[in-house]
Amino acid sequence: MRIMRRIALGILIGVFLVSLVAELVAPGLYAVQFRDAPNAPGSREHLLGTDELGRDLLARLLAGTQVSLLLAPAAAFLATLIAALVGGVAGYLGGWWERLCLGAVDLFLSLPWLFLLLTARAMLPLDVSAWPSVLITFVLLGCLGWAASARIVCAGARALRYSDYILLARANGCSETRIALRHVLPNLKPILLAQFLISIPVFVLAEANLGALGLGVSEPFPSWGGMLRGLENYSATLANPWKVAPLALLLVVTSCFQMIFPQEGLT
Amino acid sequence: MRSRILQHVLILLLTALFGGLLGATLVRLAPGFGVDEQEYDSRLSRESIQALRQAHADEKNLLHFYSGYLLGLARGELGASHSLNRPVAELFRERFPVTFRSVLLGCLGSWVLGFGLALPGVLRRCWGYDLFASALSGFFLCLPSAAVALLFLYFRGPASVAVTLVLFPRIFRYARNLLGETFDRPHVLTARAKGLGDARIFAWHVLPEAAPQLLALLGVSLNLAFAAAIPIEVICDSPGVGQLAWQAALGRDLPLLVNLTVLIALITVTANSLTDLASRSLVRQPA
Repeated sequence: MRIMRRIALGILIGVFLVSLVAELVAPGLYAVQFRDAPNAPGSREHLLGTDELGRDLLARLLAGTQVSLLLAPAAAFLATLIAALVGGVAGYLGGWWERLCLGAVDLFLSLPWLFLLLTARAMLPLDVSAWPSVLITFVLLGCLGWAASARIVCAGARALRYSDYILLARANGCSETRIALRHVLPNLKPILLAQFLISIPVFVLAEANLGALGLGVSEPFPSWGGMLRGLENYSATLANPWKVAPLALLLVVTSCFQMIFPQEGLT
Repeated sequence: MRSRILQHVLILLLTALFGGLLGATLVRLAPGFGVDEQEYDSRLSRESIQALRQAHADEKNLLHFYSGYLLGLARGELGASHSLNRPVAELFRERFPVTFRSVLLGCLGSWVLGFGLALPGVLRRCWGYDLFASALSGFFLCLPSAAVALLFLYFRGPASVAVTLVLFPRIFRYARNLLGETFDRPHVLTARAKGLGDARIFAWHVLPEAAPQLLALLGVSLNLAFAAAIPIEVICDSPGVGQLAWQAALGRDLPLLVNLTVLIALITVTANSLTDLASRSLVRQPA
C-alpha cells in the first residue's frame, strides 16, 4: 500500500510539474484560436486536437490543470483556516461558545452545499473576466466548505482543553493567548493538516461540477469543469475521443488523492 | 423523548428563520436590487419613474424588508420568480415531484447497491472481491456528478440511476466499515463460535447494533442526493428543482433560489431529525 501511495504522489507531482512547465514554455496558448481547424482530431500541430472554437486542447488541459491544482489547495487552506478559527474557539472555550459555534456549524451543514454555492455565486456578477472568476469560484468554495472540518477541529480542541499539560500551563500562570498560540495550535496541527489535505479533492470535484454548470471559471480561461462542458456534444466527442482527456486526468488526480488520503466519501 | 422532539422542532424553526434571514440579506444586497426595468422606458415621465422608485423604497429598509419577507414566509407566500415570471409556489408544485422521484429512487438504488456490495465482502472477507468492490466504488467516488450525468446524457438513462451511481460509493464505504467493525465485536464472534448462521447473526446481532449509524447515514444521503440532482438534472435536461436552481442562478433570480435553498434545507433537516429520533428509539437503554 505504501508503494501505491508513493506512485500516486509521484503522479500528482508529475502532473503538476508538467502543467507548470507547459505554461512557462507557451504562455497564453490556451486562448489562441486556430480558426481553420475547429473540432480537429489529434495531429502533429495539436496533439489532442482542438475544441469547437479551434483552441488547442492540450494547452487548455495543461492550463486547466494548473488552475485546479493551484487553487483547490488555496480554497482548502481558506476553509481550514475558517474551520480552525470556529472549531478551535468552540472546542477550547467550551460552554456557550461551543454551543453557539456548533449550532452555526449544524445549520450550515443542513443547508445543501451546492444550493448554497449556487445562491452565493448568483449574488456575485456572472460576467466577470477570467482571473476574478477564478478567485470568486475558489474563495466561495473556501468560504462555504469549512463546516464539516470545524466539527472535527472542535472535537480535537475540546480534548486538548482538558489535557494535563494545558492545566499545568494554566496553573503556572500562562495567559490564555499564550496557551492558545504555544500549546493548543501546535497540537491541532495534525488535525488541521489532515483536514486541509482531505479538502483538496473535494474542492477539485466541486469546481468541476460548478464549471460544468457554467458557474465556475469564466472563458477563455480553462478549468477541468469548464472543459467537461465540451463533452456534452456526443458526436464531437465521438469524432475526437481525446476530448475525454480532461475527465480522465481529473479521474486520475482525484484517484491519486483518494489513494494518498483515504476517506469515507468525497462530497 | 419529548424534549428531544421539541429540540428538533426548534432546530427546524431556527433553520427556517436563519435560511429566511440569509435569503433576505442576499436578496437585499444583490446588485440591482430595487431597480425596475420599467424605469428605462423612455415614454415614462420623471414623475412616473419617481412613483416607481417610491414603490420599492420600503424594501430598501432592511428591517422592514426582513419582517415582510418572514411574514410572507409564515403565510406560505413564496413570492414570484423574476426570471420565469411565475409564482414560486406554482413552480415548486410543478418541479418538486420530478426531483423527489429521482432523489427517492436514487437513494433506494444506492442503498441496495452500496449495501449489496458491502455485505458479501464483510461476510466472506475475500480480498479479491473487496478489491473489486473498492475499485468500483472508488471510480465513481472520484467522478464529479456532472461526469456521471454526461454518461446518462449519452445513453439516455433515467436521472434516478445517475443519482444512484453518485451516491452508492459513499453508502458502500460507510456500510462496509461499519459492518466490518460490528462483525468483529466479541458478541458476534461468540455467536459465530456457537454455530449461528450468517443470516441470523446479521439480522439479530449486527443490524440492531449498526442501525442507529445507518439511520444517520440515511438522513445524510438525502442531502447528498439533492446536491447531486443539480448537475444531473441540468445536463440530462430533467425538469426538476435542480434544473430550476441552475436557471435561477443564471437568471440571478435570488427570490427563487433562496426559497429553494430554504425548502430543501427544511426537507433535509426534517429527514435528519426523523432519522435521529428513530435511531435514538432503537438504542438499547442500559437496564
